[in-house]
Amino acid sequence: MADPRDLTNGEEHFFAARRKVFPKKIDGTFRRLKWAVMAVALVVYYVTPWLRWNRGPYAPDQAVLVDLAHRRFYMFSIEIWPHEFYYVAGLLIMAAIGLFLVTSAVGRAWCGYACPQTVWTDLFVHVERMIEGDRNAQIRLDRAPWGPAKIAKRSSKLILWLAIAVSTGGAWVFYFTDAPTLARELANGTAPFVAYATIGVLTFTTFTLGGLMREQVCIYMCPWPRIQGAMMDERTLAVTYKSWRGEPRSHGVKRAAEARDGNMVLADLATGATRIGDCIDCNACVAVCPTGIDIREGPQIGCITCGLCIDACDDVMKRVGRPPRLIGYTTEVDARLESAGKPALPPLRRLLRPRTLIYLTAWSAVGLAMLFSLGTRTRLTVEALQNRNPMWVRLSDGSIRNSYSIKVRNMEGRPRTIELGLQGLDAAIWTEEGSRQSASRAVRLTVPADQVAKVSLFAAAPATGDQRTTITFTARALDREGGAASAPSFFERPE
Amino acid sequence: MADNKRIDQATGTSTVGHEWDGIEELDTPMPRWWLYIFYACIVFAIGYCIAYPAWPLLTRGTPGVLGWTSKGQLEAELAADQKAKAATLAAIDRLPIEEIEKNPTLMHAAIDGGRAAFRINCSACHGSGAAGSKGYPNLNDDDWLWGGDIKSIQQTLLDGVRFPGDDNTRMSQMPAFGKDEILKADEVQDVVSYVRFISHQEAASPSAKRGSAIFANNCAVCHGPNGGGNRTVGAPNLTDKIWLYGGDRDTLTQTVTNARYGIMPAWGQKLDPVTLKMVAVYVHSLGGGEAIPAAAPATTVAAK
Repeated sequence: MADPRDLTNGEEHFFAARRKVFPKKIDGTFRRLKWAVMAVALVVYYVTPWLRWNRGPYAPDQAVLVDLAHRRFYMFSIEIWPHEFYYVAGLLIMAAIGLFLVTSAVGRAWCGYACPQTVWTDLFVHVERMIEGDRNAQIRLDRAPWGPAKIAKRSSKLILWLAIAVSTGGAWVFYFTDAPTLARELANGTAPFVAYATIGVLTFTTFTLGGLMREQVCIYMCPWPRIQGAMMDERTLAVTYKSWRGEPRSHGVKRAAEARDGNMVLADLATGATRIGDCIDCNACVAVCPTGIDIREGPQIGCITCGLCIDACDDVMKRVGRPPRLIGYTTEVDARLESAGKPALPPLRRLLRPRTLIYLTAWSAVGLAMLFSLGTRTRLTVEALQNRNPMWVRLSDGSIRNSYSIKVRNMEGRPRTIELGLQGLDAAIWTEEGSRQSASRAVRLTVPADQVAKVSLFAAAPATGDQRTTITFTARALDREGGAASAPSFFERPE
Repeated sequence: MADNKRIDQATGTSTVGHEWDGIEELDTPMPRWWLYIFYACIVFAIGYCIAYPAWPLLTRGTPGVLGWTSKGQLEAELAADQKAKAATLAAIDRLPIEEIEKNPTLMHAAIDGGRAAFRINCSACHGSGAAGSKGYPNLNDDDWLWGGDIKSIQQTLLDGVRFPGDDNTRMSQMPAFGKDEILKADEVQDVVSYVRFISHQEAASPSAKRGSAIFANNCAVCHGPNGGGNRTVGAPNLTDKIWLYGGDRDTLTQTVTNARYGIMPAWGQKLDPVTLKMVAVYVHSLGGGEAIPAAAPATTVAAK
């Protein structure tokens, strides 16, 4: 097998090696915002499975639990059954439309602050800086020949990364079963294989994507940056280098001065014949960029709008005594206005536009519809399936019997006694446990907590009547809180 | 076309040399890790071909070192299924049949197992829904020739009805009153009139009145003095609304003239005791099942 470097080093560059990125440490407004978002995200991720929520003796007490084995989804006071999965679908739709709204208003805020890829990469980069030092030290270490010191630093970094990766995968599995029990099982090695396998897979993906792949995930693998283009317009915020303020860079002017007569240039500057911009070409914005781009080249796919270059540039501007935000969050409209010397649009005019309002309306419509249906949903359902083989049975006294498969869902966390009745037909009903002698207009059954009761129901009526009668099965909970449900069905007679 | 290649100023990347209305494509190199994933796929494919059946040969494919086959997987799954059911089947085997229905879990397992066995063995005559047809009883209703309690059903299943080769089989035979000239043709019609009278299909008539006396002398011994039937000899109730062959005059005439007697195999010779029990529970659950009478029925003894 040919060495891949043979391909990358040839005349035609089919494959490119990763351009190494050593982001420099920076402090500032947006760095602090990123720390805060990271702290919230990680705390929510790691703590949520350990929150308890009392649901009584018949349901688990974990506040957020995706109970795949028993097909239940618990979220604080809300319990979702498989047939109510549209609530989960609705949440996902809200998440998607919410993301559209945020993107159209403030650009790639998700990419820059809240995306797990960003949060975990940030964490891995931070650990790397702790071990290997800041940008310059990292570059030196990368170029240094292998020796004990380099091996020690690299291996301790990888071990810490691995620890983060394991704990990431380790926290994920707690969402799917009782967290304290699973933690005990994991500790003494008796947890189910699928738990270890899940942790293994997530350890691998976290380590690879967060530690090794980093910005390549955003640039090559993630579809979201490409889709976002459809939501952004000329009034969407983007990290922008204000070229009308920065150019020409003083570096370039200085170089020009070296080429020509220096004094003449200084004289030009004094008279204003040559203007120099605020950008001193210090490359601080490039050094801090976690994706290794130069924001001064304009908007590009590699920019996740994390704002770290803004912090870096503000820091430099302060030191050279120029106003901040040479790089800043600006819309295309504002950029045009500002470069022409006009004031920027007021924030509300920027935010309130048909696109954002439509996203907001769709998002809140889905949310309100879900809240409404959540508030009015019933915790008791009944389903009736008419058995059709045979459709009817003639009994010895000449009356006709139909039989039904009835399912009663008790979605409350306590056992309930349910009274089943039949409306629309003068018929006696009994279940498989009863008999025709004991038949009456209603039967009672006890449905265990959070369970479905399946029962065969027989209904007998005189042979005279319509060939097909529309009937309704009713279920009524006999406890204090009550609750009722009904299901349509038919009663068939011979022709 | 290819000579239009040039270096793009903004990116420093070469173009592929194609141009459509001023739109050009950059020849951006692929990331190198992409190549590594491609190599990893090749390695996986080689490993897969070694481990699993892969290459077609003349008579069969390469077996693969793991020895996996879809047939073997099916057998393993069936064996696992048998193993999972073993405890339930053992419990059904151990308990007397009347105890099974007191345990809901066992009963539902037995109904499911019985339904499956019924579909295979019984549906040819009784229908897949056990609704029967002319000459083959409907097992859903509340009319039973030989008894509808679970023990009687089990007994009927075990030894069959009029089945040659089983000494305990349920046995009785209706005389062919017309064919064997026990009754004359007009007497047969009188009996038919009487049977249609007691089953509320016809009003009283002189013919029915004559038939009443003939019935008392010839039929009542099995069908009872009032035509209510006798389960010890499998004689059907003639007063209810259920007719195995038909209650109209033509069919009844044929029945009295030529006699009727259905045959059912002794399933004890073919099915294992657990399956037989499950079929009995299933049939009993269809809606017409009766409770076991307080006094132990002496059906089999009387039938001999």
